[in-house]
Amino acid sequence: MASITKKRQLGRQVSIVGAGMTSFGAFPDLASRDLFGAAFQDLLDNMDQGIDVEDIECGYLGNYSSDLFEGQGHTAPLMADWLGMTPTPVTRVENACASSGSALREGVMAIASGMYDIVLVGGVEKMTSLPTEEVTDVLATAADGLYEVPAGLTFPGIFGTITKAHMDRYETSLDHLLRVAIKNHRNGALNPKAQFNVTIMDLMERRKARAVERGQPEPGWRDEMDFLNDPRANPWIAWPLRLFDCAPISDGASCVLLVASELAGSFTEKPVHIAGTGQASGRPLHEAEELTSLSAAKIAAAQAYDMAGVTPKDIDVAEVHDCFTMAEIVASEDIGFFAPGEGSRAVDEGRTGLTGDRPINTSGGLKAKGHPVGASGVAQIIEIFHQLRGEAGPRQVPNPDLELGLTHNVGGTGGTCVVNILRRG
Amino acid sequence: MSENSKDFTGTSYFAFLKDENKLMGVRCRACGRLSALPRPVCTACHSGDVEWHEFTGRGALATFTCISAAPSSMVQRGYGMKNPYCVAVVDLEEGPRVSALIVGVDGSNPQDIKTGMPLVLDTSELDPENPGLIFRPA
Repeated sequence: MASITKKRQLGRQVSIVGAGMTSFGAFPDLASRDLFGAAFQDLLDNMDQGIDVEDIECGYLGNYSSDLFEGQGHTAPLMADWLGMTPTPVTRVENACASSGSALREGVMAIASGMYDIVLVGGVEKMTSLPTEEVTDVLATAADGLYEVPAGLTFPGIFGTITKAHMDRYETSLDHLLRVAIKNHRNGALNPKAQFNVTIMDLMERRKARAVERGQPEPGWRDEMDFLNDPRANPWIAWPLRLFDCAPISDGASCVLLVASELAGSFTEKPVHIAGTGQASGRPLHEAEELTSLSAAKIAAAQAYDMAGVTPKDIDVAEVHDCFTMAEIVASEDIGFFAPGEGSRAVDEGRTGLTGDRPINTSGGLKAKGHPVGASGVAQIIEIFHQLRGEAGPRQVPNPDLELGLTHNVGGTGGTCVVNILRRG
Repeated sequence: MSENSKDFTGTSYFAFLKDENKLMGVRCRACGRLSALPRPVCTACHSGDVEWHEFTGRGALATFTCISAAPSSMVQRGYGMKNPYCVAVVDLEEGPRVSALIVGVDGSNPQDIKTGMPLVLDTSELDPENPGLIFRPA
């Protein structure tokens, strides 16, 4: 279809000049407004040259389901009120787990259109207020409620079927999945805002120590793989996926400040530019062209590469939507880092690790950093913002010429896919 | 009520399934494309000239999962950590795919469930409140 392959350009260039986020985790005392307020305060505290809140002209908030998680709808103006931003116009964007990836695009387009110069974009989700079974129900409302959910499908279940198809078609094994989890926890251990700020090795040692404290025999796990292959430590969730293949249930918020690029210099000497952006819609798995790939992700990536005028080999670092370990492998293929079926071997070879040639999910990814669904898309942007500015601390990619980063954000099982490419200013 | 006087809706689809034990999709009269779901418009050629089409209910297992962390509706049906259930994407013999609960297999032993195994629609265990498709080994 011509509409898919048409080359698009922004009406004018857009830059990110500030970022803020909460830690991700379970915060029983914090509601959405508290979380988003904390993320916004973090942004204000970290602006290089400050921002007058009254200069912000417009806002977009990614939020999946405050209605079902907290019994609170109409979330965006509530946040604006809480932050003292009224009467600035704000709009909530809902595209499941890609809500804030889509919100970011709305903000970019609002500036590119010439209508606004300074726009706040963020995301928030408060999930831990419900027990796990009810969270599973809420997340399932992002699948097809008439023809998928009544068959008993859950989100882990849908990605379980994708995993089985990938294992049948290629040489993907359960060990490949576990190595994604081990890598992302290693990165998460270097991220103080990560929900799992700990390696799987350290988690294993803690469990051993706890058993000994309780007077139980010390579990005989030899290493991380041995630990992860023990069904008592790592139970099945949706075969072939186990607990450590799944991103956690999280609370958290994230936000970035976008400005017209011609104004960026008055906010920071180190802006990060939006080089390309793409978004596409996809069909439920039983209607998808392929069971081992998300077509919308491939299309969104092609659009973003085309707008940026770059190819996958030009990208120095990526944050991809690893809601499940398998999803990271599929994503690494869909964004063109590896050929179809080659993503698993790339993990084995360490190519996607922090010091590999194609670093993926340096933040710890959704798996270790946490996945407050509406906040995840912008949190990915924030990781790339810090990487390109050379301020990612112990998880900084060791590449002095870091120039281009990519984010890949998925809603549902590819019903929405958003890919953004950022360039160091 | 004759088939083609029924609206192309989920309500009609589930009524066919529950009342007549029929898996009814639609066929595009303009381009011949089949859809296993009752769409009022052809997704291939966008024609609105579609008609009901009865599927045989025979197919093969394309891919599957065995779910232990069950949603509340499945917990009510007795499934969960100790009794995982199998859900599959089914290749219908006419071409389109559907998602379905698979009964008559052991969700605790996924290694015994085989991709490609023949399946057949089973309407005997339909949950009238939650009428998702159910298939079993043929």
